[in-house]
Amino acid sequence: MRKLTVPISEETIRALQVGETVSLSGVIVTGRDAAHKYMIENFIHTNGQPPQSEREVYAALKEILGDGVLYHCGPVVKKEGNTWHFVAAGPTTSIREEPYEADVMEHFGIRAVIGKGGMGPKTLEACQRLGAVYLHAIGGAASLIAQSVKEVLAVHKLEFGVPEAFWVIRVEDFPAVVTMDSHGNSLHKQVVQQSEAQLAALLEK
Amino acid sequence: MQDLTDAFVELIRRASTQLPEDMQKALREAKAQEEPGSAAENALETILKNVALARQNSTPICQDTGTPIFEIYYPFGVSTRALAEQIRKACAIATERAYLRPNAVNPITGENSGNNTGEDFPTMHFHEWDKDELQVYLLLKGGGCENVSTQYKLPDTRLHAGRDLEGVRRVVLDAVHQAQGRGCAPGVLGIAIGGDRGASYIKSKQQLLRPLDDENPDPQLAEMEEELLEEGNQLGIGPMGFGGKTTLLGVKIGALHRVPASYFVSIAYMCWANRRASMRVSGEEITYA
Repeated sequence: MRKLTVPISEETIRALQVGETVSLSGVIVTGRDAAHKYMIENFIHTNGQPPQSEREVYAALKEILGDGVLYHCGPVVKKEGNTWHFVAAGPTTSIREEPYEADVMEHFGIRAVIGKGGMGPKTLEACQRLGAVYLHAIGGAASLIAQSVKEVLAVHKLEFGVPEAFWVIRVEDFPAVVTMDSHGNSLHKQVVQQSEAQLAALLEK
Repeated sequence: MQDLTDAFVELIRRASTQLPEDMQKALREAKAQEEPGSAAENALETILKNVALARQNSTPICQDTGTPIFEIYYPFGVSTRALAEQIRKACAIATERAYLRPNAVNPITGENSGNNTGEDFPTMHFHEWDKDELQVYLLLKGGGCENVSTQYKLPDTRLHAGRDLEGVRRVVLDAVHQAQGRGCAPGVLGIAIGGDRGASYIKSKQQLLRPLDDENPDPQLAEMEEELLEEGNQLGIGPMGFGGKTTLLGVKIGALHRVPASYFVSIAYMCWANRRASMRVSGEEITYA
């Protein structure tokens, strides 16, 4: 088990290999479908010149995401007084962000994306080129992962709804597995190829 | 009949936070089968820890508390309109208490209703029966596994699948391969053969309410359930798609009459967090299972 602390250097990321388990600590941010659409439209299509109304969010995200970590997650939260708590916070399916992720990673200098189910060739290429990895959290392990979320520091774009907002969180010992590394390897690609061969054999019968 | 809003909140709490014992047993057995130290074993260990923690803290097993699907069997004379109102109210209360994530989104405006009620949300199916008691089943069906659920129309040329049980076998194995780990494997398959597209999908989801160790009354389907479970696991996709011996924990098949022109096979993929619970109301007495 390798311990990672955010911000993460390119050198640390380049040392990671597919199949390794990691334990992540530091400040990260959640973002899923609405967040990606928003980032593409407001930050990337505008070449980093977002409309006035979005500049504050942009500045906050830039600070967290540079050498940082983006987590595909739509949590269950609870508000007690003025403080938010994460009650359940497992990963959501990442492949929906495949059209956008490489651009988002490049724009912000993201070092790791956490999610489930893996991502496609465009993201894998970006991991290799930019020095980044895809970390697979255990899908559905929501109560357990919520325990590693120690603090909710901020929330942006809550108008997208609780699952879709950007939640800035401090995590300690967040468990995940490297399934796409910065050397062009993808565990997902390997498993697809193996199961394809098995399927062909079963259909021969 | 008495107001059951509080009882429905309790049913939702149980479904969201307590994984049924048969699912836990299957997960434990799966863990014992995987290679020690493998990513597959590690994933199952994390899952089991999470299941225990969710139960202990009464927090959702998974943050995607899904579409709540209620199957309601009611005696003659009970108002289904009143029950539907109570169920909707219970969904809103359960959301406030964080047993459910706000999960009902208006597809036109993108607005989240914030309380798990909306147009045809939650899903409710009412069935009148001849017993003098009320029985309610609840399934929380997450979005990730719903997205890998699918429907085939036989014949299927690509898979050489004809309009018979061998054709059904071929498309089911293809569906498991297509899903990979994205439905949060190891999963349970609910399969419906026949029907029109809509009825077939509903029937496939109803199969997921069956306990893993029940026996299909149709011997042909019972045999097929076992065969597909074994062959699905031979695909080697493994927990979370990390590779491994456990890809499926159960296969349940139902059939319904079809029109001569159509032969649909619907496959409802359910994640390992197969969150089902039931409640029986007999007179004043309410029991949960």
